[in-house]
Amino acid sequence: MSGPGPDVRAADRLLRAAGPAVALGGAAALAALLAAAAADACGGRSPGWPPGLARALFGSVSLVGLAGCLAIPVGIGAAVYLEEYAPRNRLTRLIEINIASLAGVPAVVYGLLGLAVFVRALGLGRSLAAGAATLALIVLPAVILSTRAALRDVPPALRDASCALGATRWQTIRHQVLPAALPGTLAGLLLALARALGEAAPLIALGALGALPAPAPGIDGALPALPVRIFDWLSRPESEFLRHAAAAIMVLLVLVLLLSGLAAWMRDRWRVAGSW
Amino acid sequence: MTRAQPSPSAASVRGQPAARPAAPKVEVRGLSVRYGATRALDDVSLDIPAAQVTALVGPSGCGKSTFLRTLNRMIDIVPGAQVEGRVAIDGRDVYAAGVDVADVRRRAGLIFRKASPFPKSIFANVAYGLRVGGLAAGRGELEARVEASLQAAGLWDEVKDRLEASALALSGGQQQRLCIARALAVRPEILLLDEPAAALDPIGTQRLEELIHRLKSTYTIVIVTHNMQQAARISDRTAVFWLGRLLEYDRTDRIFTAPSQRITEDYVTGRFG
Repeated sequence: MSGPGPDVRAADRLLRAAGPAVALGGAAALAALLAAAAADACGGRSPGWPPGLARALFGSVSLVGLAGCLAIPVGIGAAVYLEEYAPRNRLTRLIEINIASLAGVPAVVYGLLGLAVFVRALGLGRSLAAGAATLALIVLPAVILSTRAALRDVPPALRDASCALGATRWQTIRHQVLPAALPGTLAGLLLALARALGEAAPLIALGALGALPAPAPGIDGALPALPVRIFDWLSRPESEFLRHAAAAIMVLLVLVLLLSGLAAWMRDRWRVAGSW
Repeated sequence: MTRAQPSPSAASVRGQPAARPAAPKVEVRGLSVRYGATRALDDVSLDIPAAQVTALVGPSGCGKSTFLRTLNRMIDIVPGAQVEGRVAIDGRDVYAAGVDVADVRRRAGLIFRKASPFPKSIFANVAYGLRVGGLAAGRGELEARVEASLQAAGLWDEVKDRLEASALALSGGQQQRLCIARALAVRPEILLLDEPAAALDPIGTQRLEELIHRLKSTYTIVIVTHNMQQAARISDRTAVFWLGRLLEYDRTDRIFTAPSQRITEDYVTGRFG
């Protein structure tokens, strides 16, 4: 017998053809979506920036920015504890399993949690703080998981060399391990935030929709965010609002692609120099 | 067994012939290491003299590297490693309660098989141990000690114009000498080298051996090597390890010309390895 049989070669040919087709299909679907949204956005009588979009964009950016600021210290802290300090026992194992499952919990559930804890119990109301805290909870499991993966990827030689020079465990983590893991951590955070950016459900659960006034120029609700805006506009019958929604979708997609691109760049290219 | 009196200042001993020739720099008694159920080292006892090069040889997995890591307590960070027995530097037990582990590791600097410079500048690499230990008062002293360490490691002339360049841009041999400079910066008394030339080309190896030869008047050097010619060239004493035990320990010339053990003879003549 020499070489693989005809069945194997046929399967190989099939995969070679199917692979690009599937990949191109995905890209084509995204392109069609973008094109349709762009056409809708430009097709109206008054092309331009729909009223309320700027406010929603600002709302989304501040929500996501604040959520990132909340998630980073907690996420890195939890990951460092679990990866570097926690004893390997059943409690730790239980926590790890929980975090992994939390990453898969639907965002709307976090919205209900946020409503109960941040809006009601802590009395934050339908505020930016409540929304950001809820989004921070949503991205936290992903941040912890990606940080732990980044910490595990730090070469053991780096830790050993630091230890051998008389550095304490914390000094080694602070000056060698964390700087080496930071690009991976931030990439994970940005990807999680890119996903959270498009979540309407948790914000609606917090009461964002009720806080939205009529979609006219003027004062928006306390939680104006792009996905909530889009949801609101889409639920109205007038075609003008459909155009507004399409424009908002374009803005949202650009934002998401920017975040994902930044994440990819950080993971592959970025190095933390550090003054030490 | 006579124990060396704890010397008032360890630093004063360095660089001078020992007051009593009999007092070993490192004294190891009944040392055993287990990883879980596996016994990596079994009841090893030997004395390492000051200001000499002691080579540790033996087939892979015989416990040489484990032995090296017990001398400065780097074994502590290996999960599941259990150490029994006594290791004393200048007569003081490094496993005694209340011993500052960081201080032990500074006094006995460990150089690894694969050069592992930090992904930072050349300067920051050498300054690292001084900074984490808070050993240099002010920028001036820091710079002076970095320069002195690079000089001592024979690297200064090659890097003096690019101290802020990344250490990762250096060649393999330069990186290994940088790691030695980094260890010298915290003023050790002992250098533990774990196959430092394993990843180097012949020229890099030769320069490293010259460096070891220069350093041995000042430092007590323990080197693990798989290269019998290297052991013969650079060491004063050779310890042969075999399956976690110390098989033979003597002057290098005797180990290579008149070994007392058959296995030693077979090993050093390259009949197996």
